[in-house]
Amino acid sequence: MMGQAIQVLVDAVSVGGLYALTALGIGLIFGVMRLINFAHAQLIMIAGYAVLLFFAQSAALAVLGAVVGAVLLALLIERTAFRPLRGADPATLLIASFAVSFFIEKTMIMLVGSRPKGVDFLSALARQVEIAGVRLQLLQLVTILVSVVLLVATTWFLKSTRLGLEMRAAAENFRMAEVLGIRANRVIATAFAISGLLAAAVACLFVAQTGLVQPRMGLQLVIIAFVGTVIGGLGSLPGAAFGGFLVGVATILLQALLPPELRVFREAFLFLAVAVVLVVRPQGLIPARGLKERI
Amino acid sequence: MTDHSDKPSGDSLVEVCGLVVRYGGIAAVQGVDLRIGAGEAVAIVGPNGAGKTSLLSAIAGIVRPSAGTVEVSGRPLAGLALSDVVRQGIALVPEGRNIFGSLTVMENLRLGATPRRDASVAADIDRVFADFPILGERRDQPAGQLSGGEQQMLAIARAMLSKPRLLMLDEPSLGLAPTIVDKVYELLGQIRAQGVALLVVEQNAARAFALADRACVMSRGVFTLTGTPEEIGRHEAFDAAYFGVAMTPTAGAA
Repeated sequence: MMGQAIQVLVDAVSVGGLYALTALGIGLIFGVMRLINFAHAQLIMIAGYAVLLFFAQSAALAVLGAVVGAVLLALLIERTAFRPLRGADPATLLIASFAVSFFIEKTMIMLVGSRPKGVDFLSALARQVEIAGVRLQLLQLVTILVSVVLLVATTWFLKSTRLGLEMRAAAENFRMAEVLGIRANRVIATAFAISGLLAAAVACLFVAQTGLVQPRMGLQLVIIAFVGTVIGGLGSLPGAAFGGFLVGVATILLQALLPPELRVFREAFLFLAVAVVLVVRPQGLIPARGLKERI
Repeated sequence: MTDHSDKPSGDSLVEVCGLVVRYGGIAAVQGVDLRIGAGEAVAIVGPNGAGKTSLLSAIAGIVRPSAGTVEVSGRPLAGLALSDVVRQGIALVPEGRNIFGSLTVMENLRLGATPRRDASVAADIDRVFADFPILGERRDQPAGQLSGGEQQMLAIARAMLSKPRLLMLDEPSLGLAPTIVDKVYELLGQIRAQGVALLVVEQNAARAFALADRACVMSRGVFTLTGTPEEIGRHEAFDAAYFGVAMTPTAGAA
């Protein structure tokens, strides 16, 4: 019984970690640009296809390919689609982000077809390990470890580097940051690059778990993670990560705790919980300080 | 528009010519000429909605003028990215101070030195802490926890860390207790003594006049009076110009 509870918990935390990384990627871009980047799903997707392309050679090459692919696509999207729209109102940005997302997804379907493809990536991690008498999947432990490392690394970057400081300033008051001489292009491109990196990590872990790559992958993750950033507090990075984590954990716990006949309504319960959180705390659990765009 | 420019003392640092700022159909600044000499202190006073903030925002590069030019040391600002204006030696302390409330006092100051690549930034920040011990004590606290007066000192210190040739301040006394305003203006006096030019926008005309070499009264987007603060203070049209009634007698006082 105890062992089962720990298994569920580890499962919940590992899924929570994936959502936290996804939500952090979305939150970073929202922070500096007030843009909800639904094309984050396509960053995950492109990284997935990079894994498909290289996994036969070596796992390291596949991971590297995923990172390079997602970061390059993130920078390309920023340069071609979002930079010309800098300062546009949030509705325009939102529609543009949907457009970019659909465009890349449909282009990919045209190029490679919509059928899922099997990927035998990091299958060595699929085996069970026994820790203190509890059997756990190694991949889940790796997922937790990678999530923690990336969350800590992102926090370190934001707190301890000059560029991180500039990003935090830009997230709080973009215009004032520019008045002080902070270069908008550099800060925003960095945010996109980091979001690409996080998407690549999520893609690698997700592909290893599911063993599948397809053009629509990432969408479900991004929508749920976006819900996480909203309940965490839009514009607040700790809020985004925490909200994403909570939503991921809640998904698994609902799956485990709901009576079997109600499990198909898991998402309905999840969104009900989200609605309740937003009624009680409309600003989110960890609200952002002053979402100011102009002086 | 009428020529309200007047002689700068010393070399011209900033030169504004025929500046017009429009928001949609509304012209907030309707043709302003202004020259600021190196080390000169200029006050712009006038009622709410006179266009003072728009003028400052145009000089700082935050809003694009619809017409007219802004030059710094003979070099036009048009076409420069907003983040490059401070690199021309122009620093702005906007209305409401706009410190980064979630960042620490120290981080706010480090951001002020963004354009600098020299090694003396840390020493300059230490000097800020020596001059304002309260900022030193709270260097690791979020700046949002400071009082209004402390935030204003931080905003000015932050702007000064870019080593500007011109410091522009929008309503530096707004919302502060009179004793704090004394301190702010004492600090501005010290900054002026260092040879930094000042452009101060104020509703509190008396304070700004005490500091300034020259003053301009702005109303409805234009300078209605310019001169030394003494000249303007004595001018019988001052009240009318200040409150904007001189422009359109039918409109009544603001």
